[in-house]
Amino acid sequence: MKKLIVGLFISLLPALTLAAVASAPLDNMEPDHANKASLQRGAALFTNYCMGCHSMEYARYKRVSEDLGIPAELYEENLIFTGAKIGELMKNSMNKDMAASWFGAPPPDLTLSSRLRGEDWIYSYLRGFYKDDSRPLGVNNVVFANVGMPHVLADLQGLCAVEPRIGVDPSVDPLSGDIRNGEVCPEWETEGSMSPQEFNSAMYDLTNFMSYMGDPVKLERERLGMFALIFVAIFFIFAYLLNREYWKDIH
Amino acid sequence: MNKLLNWVDERLPVVDAWNKHVGKYYAPKNFNVWYFFGSLAMLVLVNQLITGIWLTMSYNPTAEGAFASVEYIMRDVQWGWLLRYLHSTGASAFFVVVYCHMFRGLMYGSYKKPRELIWIFGMLIYLVLMAEAFMGYLLPWGQMSYWGAQVIVNLFGAIPLIGDDLSLWIRGDYLISGITLNRFFALHVVALPIVLLGLVVLHILALHEVGSNNPDGIDIKKNKDENGIPKDGIPFHPYYTVHDLMGVGVFFFVFFIVVFFFPEMGGLFLEAPNFEPANALKTPNHIAPVWYFTPFYAMLRAVTIDLFGLDAKFWGVVVMGGAIAILFVLPWLDKSPVRSMRYKGIFSKVALTLFVISFVVLGYLGIVPATEARTTLAQILTTIYFLYFILMPFYTRMEKTKPVPERVTG
Repeated sequence: MKKLIVGLFISLLPALTLAAVASAPLDNMEPDHANKASLQRGAALFTNYCMGCHSMEYARYKRVSEDLGIPAELYEENLIFTGAKIGELMKNSMNKDMAASWFGAPPPDLTLSSRLRGEDWIYSYLRGFYKDDSRPLGVNNVVFANVGMPHVLADLQGLCAVEPRIGVDPSVDPLSGDIRNGEVCPEWETEGSMSPQEFNSAMYDLTNFMSYMGDPVKLERERLGMFALIFVAIFFIFAYLLNREYWKDIH
Repeated sequence: MNKLLNWVDERLPVVDAWNKHVGKYYAPKNFNVWYFFGSLAMLVLVNQLITGIWLTMSYNPTAEGAFASVEYIMRDVQWGWLLRYLHSTGASAFFVVVYCHMFRGLMYGSYKKPRELIWIFGMLIYLVLMAEAFMGYLLPWGQMSYWGAQVIVNLFGAIPLIGDDLSLWIRGDYLISGITLNRFFALHVVALPIVLLGLVVLHILALHEVGSNNPDGIDIKKNKDENGIPKDGIPFHPYYTVHDLMGVGVFFFVFFIVVFFFPEMGGLFLEAPNFEPANALKTPNHIAPVWYFTPFYAMLRAVTIDLFGLDAKFWGVVVMGGAIAILFVLPWLDKSPVRSMRYKGIFSKVALTLFVISFVVLGYLGIVPATEARTTLAQILTTIYFLYFILMPFYTRMEKTKPVPERVTG
């Protein structure tokens, strides 16, 4: 029996060598799809700030309203701006050809962005904008260099005058005990309506929502997965006993 | 019930067939853990067929609709996500069990006389399986689907004279397009599965004709009792059916952990760039095939010298093709008087160990981007891979083997 388990694990070993690709340092973000309040705030932020340009065209409003616990009437009144029915796909009215001439490339659909880039990347990217007059829109991003997207959240975050510190752990000054490099942005060009902590928390919610959109069935999948594993474990016990019963005559 | 069976049996040899292949098929009683993988391969095949049929019901094989239809399956089709993850995880699981199954064959000499045809049918299954996996990977129409197919089909372009026309013929277009997608879909869901099933039948018929090998590599038919039943043999049913049932349990436990909790397997089973629709104008930074092809991909990249006026890419394709082709002649390379690694000499043991290490490390090197040091390492390992086969006629003859017992051991 032990041999069997060891054999199976050895056979899976090649699968454990994960493909790592080096890139800009990122801040860590642990999504929590069970936190519905966070997902609801994220949905509101996404609809108000992102969806004008970025569609989520593989998902439906209705699924979001059901999964996030937002009543359909409230959702239709407050979170659908295009006049779409709640059962429709989450498209927007941006013309892709025109968008390409405005931004260099049409804003990508974001349904699967969390699975394409990862939550850490999105969370870092959203907080990584800074003032850069050499760029056409006056801003750049430390995570996505020379990005074509304007800093649409500047009202909330403010505009950082220098490159924000992303993926850098704060250090403690050994003499005074002060925390250094704790803030993402050390110097502001303009202040936003949110404090840095509030903005971080808002971006957590937004990233969490995008994470949910990339993998909406995650919670349900993991819940069912436990039952599937328990079932297989019980099945195995019976298979084991049956096998032992038959094989006791074989020497 | 019995009457019905008799009625059928008079017209179709069902009882005969059952006895020949299951009820009175005498298998050696000393199978160990490595003997689970044959039946598990069958299990995964059934999983792929069933989930595949249901996926086909909602999939749209056009360049315009393929990507969206996969997301439709993932989000709007009831249990679609489960079907898709069972199918995508099943593809990788297929290769895991097949590689284990092949390793078992190498270890216990299951390819040796009189089982050469079983081995060859098995190799053909492996070949068709690779084609099946490759074509299936294009269907989600993501970035890695597209560019992976582009890279592999372009390999045919390296063949002198006919190469460009050949890859054009395979694609049906000047670049991977909806036309390619449609034909790959047809081959993936109709043509190759039929071939695969046919080969599996031949593989098993050939096996049941000569009987199963065992970890001792002993011919159990040499030792029969007064009824003509091998003394070390036991009926496949019920002994190995209940035995394999345990293997199924353990397999599903591991399989479900992946399906329900890590369906992307850290980017190995479902690669992240494939969550972006195929775009002919945007090449991904790093194109890597799925893990089960990477040992051969590493060999392809390891060849960096032009030879006889033909460029390195062509020789890379030759090496890659040779790495698979050489497996076909394995039964005639092994000159050892014994089958099992248990009774072979030290050379064979070292050779097999080095072979496995080189294959696994090449697999890793095929996933990561190439650097100079990695290319050198891949060249060394590719050489070891081939030396395992090329030197086999010599080291299997030279080494001192241990005496093989009369009857199977535990």
